[in-house]
Amino acid sequence: MSNLIKFKIDGVECMTERGKFIVEAALENGIFIPTLCNMPGVKPKGSCRICTVKINGRLMTSCTTPVADGMEIESNSAEINELRKSIVELLFVSGNHFCPACEKSGNCELQALGYYYQMMVPRYPYEFPLREVDASSPHIIKDQNRCILCKRCIKTIKDEEGKSFFAFHDRGHRLEVVLDKEMGSQMSEALAEEAMKNCPVGSILKKEKGFNQAIGSRKFDKKAIGSDVKL
Amino acid sequence: MKNTVKQIVEKYGNDKTRLMDILIDTQETFGFIGQEAVELLAHQLGMSQVDVNQTISFYHFFSTKPRGEYAIYLNDSAVAHMFGRQAVKEAFEKEVGIKFGEVTADGKIGLFNTACIGMNDQEPAAIINNKVFTRLTPYRVREIIKHIREGRKVEGLINESFGDGKNQLPSLRAMVSSNIRRKGMILSDDYVYGSVTRDILPKMSPEAVIAEIKHSHIRGRGGAGFPTGLKWEFCRRAKGEKHFVLCNADEGEPGTFKDRVILTEKPELVFEGMTIAGYAIGSDEGVLYLRYEYRYMKEYLEQVLAKMRAENQLGKNIGGIEGFDFDIRIQFGAGAYVCGEESALIESLEGKRGEPRDKPPFPVEKGYLNQPTIINNVETFATAVRIVQNGGEWFTQFGTEDSTGTKILSISGDCMFPGVYEVNWGFNVADMLNMVGAYDVQGVQVGGPSGTLIGPDEFHRTLGYSDLSTGGSMIIFGRQRNLLKDVVLNFMEFFIEESCGSCSTCRNMTQVMTNKLKKILNGKGVAKDLDDLKQWGKVLQASRCGLGQTAGNPIISSLKNFAPLYDALIQKDKDFDEGFDLVASVQNSCKYVGRVPNFNHH
Repeated sequence: MSNLIKFKIDGVECMTERGKFIVEAALENGIFIPTLCNMPGVKPKGSCRICTVKINGRLMTSCTTPVADGMEIESNSAEINELRKSIVELLFVSGNHFCPACEKSGNCELQALGYYYQMMVPRYPYEFPLREVDASSPHIIKDQNRCILCKRCIKTIKDEEGKSFFAFHDRGHRLEVVLDKEMGSQMSEALAEEAMKNCPVGSILKKEKGFNQAIGSRKFDKKAIGSDVKL
Repeated sequence: MKNTVKQIVEKYGNDKTRLMDILIDTQETFGFIGQEAVELLAHQLGMSQVDVNQTISFYHFFSTKPRGEYAIYLNDSAVAHMFGRQAVKEAFEKEVGIKFGEVTADGKIGLFNTACIGMNDQEPAAIINNKVFTRLTPYRVREIIKHIREGRKVEGLINESFGDGKNQLPSLRAMVSSNIRRKGMILSDDYVYGSVTRDILPKMSPEAVIAEIKHSHIRGRGGAGFPTGLKWEFCRRAKGEKHFVLCNADEGEPGTFKDRVILTEKPELVFEGMTIAGYAIGSDEGVLYLRYEYRYMKEYLEQVLAKMRAENQLGKNIGGIEGFDFDIRIQFGAGAYVCGEESALIESLEGKRGEPRDKPPFPVEKGYLNQPTIINNVETFATAVRIVQNGGEWFTQFGTEDSTGTKILSISGDCMFPGVYEVNWGFNVADMLNMVGAYDVQGVQVGGPSGTLIGPDEFHRTLGYSDLSTGGSMIIFGRQRNLLKDVVLNFMEFFIEESCGSCSTCRNMTQVMTNKLKKILNGKGVAKDLDDLKQWGKVLQASRCGLGQTAGNPIISSLKNFAPLYDALIQKDKDFDEGFDLVASVQNSCKYVGRVPNFNHH
């Protein structure tokens, strides 16, 4: 039996190997589906919901759903794009995201998606929550104002024994990603660097370092997110 | 402390997946799980402290701070409020001398709010050190606090005022009443427990059991309604090192309490149903996941299990069937509504925060410990016994074509006889209201907050999977109730509190919608706000689990069925209102900085 399967995204015939998640398979076929919490090679969790697509009338996250033979996927439709834009706006109003003052501006995936979906002003009222900045670790700053709770740091930043540096704390609207005090105090520079890199927004910053690239010349300053993906 | 923590962790084989039990034991030993305990637990289990805290902070009943020698959790459900919660709350605060959320300076008493504890038919109710106190009044509050101050133990606070039925047994001695008002095949007394496993199962193959369940067309009684026979069949076919049978007794949907009654009055039936399921899918291990609110049943249920083991209803070669081994343990939750979602329940059972999993894979393929697992509701397992006893064909004579059998309803709110009613599916709402003595009804919440709020225009509708689907929660609201303020807002706040927070949609949209509801309730709403709510609510559909997808239902269904209530609240002469009172805000800020506002110059 061939390991290749056929499927369609917005009517476009695609092909991939069995077992791939939709978001990867789409990328292989030159179709961009936005993601925030997903990272290639890391077990997906489907928590930001931005990669939601419609399959058989049901909303599914494309980072967690494997492609099936003959699957027909709706992604770049008015309904789905509106939903994704809503999610971007929800993330903006539920935190304190002040792009011009953020070290990550231009490299921030949330900001890039704001531009991608042409968000002018969120339709939802800003919540302006009171959030803390944890600078207790010698190498990183964890700014809760900007955290979108994507779990990327929780999943990827571990010590040699597999112990976590980051974890969720509390639940619901009070949910936070917190840094282990003990582990944080022993975090290596290399891991701190990786944590900052893996954060899609500016919630994890490396201390004692400005930036290599000036604002205006960063990743998404030059090209819109997803624009390097071509059919 | 070090040795005690070590002993607790060792009792559970140094197994991280038993973290819930480890935390429960730790808390019950020390009263709370403080920083020192967290450090010891993390060290002993080889985890980082944030990971231990991740689980602790997720569950409502775990506390990292002392909660008082007597921790009083007063139910905060809408029905509790309807039956005098406010007066009871005030009495507690007055007698104890602190506010809710606080602990007395001497560390004696703590007062806390808690979501529906499954006592809607006997509210206001509270849990004090795992014992349930029902039908509270300011008088009883004074008495309880006086007795606490006199040094009585928690058992001594009950005043011998036990509830009905098996609640009076020495192993229960609970104030709780079962309030069974109507019996059907599950609650009836004509079944002698154990007879199916003893007399019928030995003559049936596992496949034949599944065939009968399929033939009965029974669908899951928890609310989602998945065909039980198919679930069992999928699981039996799935490959794994071990298969598991899980019983979902985390009934957290506000207004439902029938699982509490089934487990009180017919626990053997539930355990027998799990055993039959174990036989059918090829499992030797079952777990009853019981909500912590029902911790008072622990001793009783463990005695029942011990009795069943002694009678070879559990254990090895059950019913004389060579090689059929099955046993059941009880796993307690620790206060999280979302753990009623099957994959969240599994996560919790594995010692983690109860965050629903992505599907696929489904639990029947990869469930508990990544092995094939079935999860069914308490009522489903109890019903399965009667199906295997009498045959699938017999079962289809009850109920309707697409909803066979009986359903146990938990009926509460404004009616003469709240309690548990077992009826055939297909019962209509008007008949139900007549049955329970509910008059002058404004609305009925069918299926709890995640269900639908219907008004008299829809009382002709019938209970069943194709019309009004319900896990059994029925809350009746009389004409005198303020539905939006006292019910819808309470339900929305419940969902905000109980969201696991993982999905951006559920975590944030519930709050955004509730803020808007409050704006409308404050008289600042305009017509556009109602349109916004209708549109915005759709975003919740993109959430991972059923909780998130239905978390906007209190607003969405009341907007649909009680539009005039909203229309009466909004401002008719305005198209826009930002909901921000500039004058009041300026006055307020001037007060703090010591200035006098001058509005005339602007």
